[in-house]
Amino acid sequence: MIEKAFTPEAWAQAIQIVKSEFLMGVWETFYVTVVATLIAMAIGLPLGVLLVTGDKDGILPLPRVLMQIVNVVINILRSIPFLILMIVVIPFTRLIVGTMVGTTASIVPLTIAAFPFVARLYESSLREVNPNIIEAAQSMGASPLQIICKVMIPESFPSLISNTTIAITTILGYSAMSGIIGGGGLGQIAINYGYYRYKFLIMILAVILLVLMVQVFQSIGTALATKTDKRLKTK
Amino acid sequence: MIELQNLTKTFHTADGDVQALRDVNLTVSDGDIFGIIGMSGAGKSTLVRCINLLERPTDGKVLIDGVDMGTLSNKELRMKRREITMIFQSFNLLMQRSCLKNICFPLELSGVKRKDAEKRAMELLEVVGLPDKAKSYPAQLSGGQQQRIAIARALATEPKVLLCDEATSALDPKTTHSILSLIKDINEKMGITVIVITHQMSVVEDICTNVAILDNGAVAEVGRVTEVFASPKSDAAKRLVFPEGFDVPAADGLDGHKRLRVVFNGADAATTPLIAQMALDTGVSANIMSASTKTIDGLAFGTMLLSVPGTEELRTALDYISREENVLAEEVRDV
Repeated sequence: MIEKAFTPEAWAQAIQIVKSEFLMGVWETFYVTVVATLIAMAIGLPLGVLLVTGDKDGILPLPRVLMQIVNVVINILRSIPFLILMIVVIPFTRLIVGTMVGTTASIVPLTIAAFPFVARLYESSLREVNPNIIEAAQSMGASPLQIICKVMIPESFPSLISNTTIAITTILGYSAMSGIIGGGGLGQIAINYGYYRYKFLIMILAVILLVLMVQVFQSIGTALATKTDKRLKTK
Repeated sequence: MIELQNLTKTFHTADGDVQALRDVNLTVSDGDIFGIIGMSGAGKSTLVRCINLLERPTDGKVLIDGVDMGTLSNKELRMKRREITMIFQSFNLLMQRSCLKNICFPLELSGVKRKDAEKRAMELLEVVGLPDKAKSYPAQLSGGQQQRIAIARALATEPKVLLCDEATSALDPKTTHSILSLIKDINEKMGITVIVITHQMSVVEDICTNVAILDNGAVAEVGRVTEVFASPKSDAAKRLVFPEGFDVPAADGLDGHKRLRVVFNGADAATTPLIAQMALDTGVSANIMSASTKTIDGLAFGTMLLSVPGTEELRTALDYISREENVLAEEVRDV
């Protein structure tokens, strides 16, 4: 069966599908990944800030019960396998997008899976900020909001970028999974041709493209993180 | 004027309560350079953080120009903190901001326009002697340079008080001296009251006028630096002034010999070999059993323990030495 995958006929068919479907596939994967990441960032950053500042040693301690609830909810969302989460949130997706299939619809489960993850990543970035620097800002009369916006976020910026890169590559991986429920993109192409119709060559090509996309995101992210980190300027 | 009244701070830890400060009373007058010295764990850092209320005292009051800091609202306290700025052992500069932007930071916090803030920051870079480092980032500077930027940042809001928390402890002796000179300069030119927290005697000797010795959370001794260091009374002060143990050599004094303690209290004794001169003038040759003297700005500070053969010689020596200005001598009976 494997041998059949590389026959000249298979190649000819694969090339035709690459031409007709791959460009759209790449775009859909890119679109779903980026939009889901952006929404996850928009929810994850405030949540990450809350996790750090609301801590009992944080700059704005919140009631412990509240912090425990937030932590438990995040942990629960993070521990549900994506495959199951995708199906569980279908009614919710339908409510928001109006449909449960298609690229836009797959953004909903992706975002729900991603934001708790992003919140945890950002939490760890923000915790890296030297507490002495925060104390110095307090000694200068900075308000909690000023400390968040002018100290914690800018000081951890390179680390936030690194962690956003981890998030975006992970979400890209998840987006391929949403191909199962008709989420579109390279993932769906790989599943439709490779899993349902045994066209392994097409599946391999789709996976190679996914790998390339991850490489591109990772390289851009690493370069940005390094470039923005002023601690690395030595002369 | 800064007044600390019955300041007490207790930390509740898992291993029980820790009393960091015990009933501390201190008054620092305007324009003073006031040292607070103590061994590590004496409560110095807690004490300085109680002044700007980074730590809330468990009990007692902090009065700054008569205003009780404890009664201020959060917002009022933040305004007040612009008048009481602080520099730190680890400099605590914002690592992702250029030096200029670091100095602008406290001005930004108080809503000063960017242009005005940058103008002021440039002036301050001149004051601290680093006008060419405006665009550099902290990671590109040496420790001494970073502390200069931190000082400039602390001066940006035109404070009345500068708190220095072990500000030179991470620096080498030469850099320490240059940073201390800068602080002294600022104190003289701008009239800013400076409170210096340190565990180093040399820092206090270098710039402080008054000193408080903190031991185990309590003030052991307080007074003018010259007095406290010339004749330390408390055990804590003695430990700091004679870290190598002053009393030890006195134990092997010979029979019939008398001991006397000579205190140099800013005498011009560095240029006059006092003890040798005494031997020539009076014929009393003293045995120097122990000496711990320091020359600060051409003046001698410190103590010596001498031993002389008998009662007659002791009287002669006491007379002779006491005639010298800013030198005290007294018999030491039982050490």
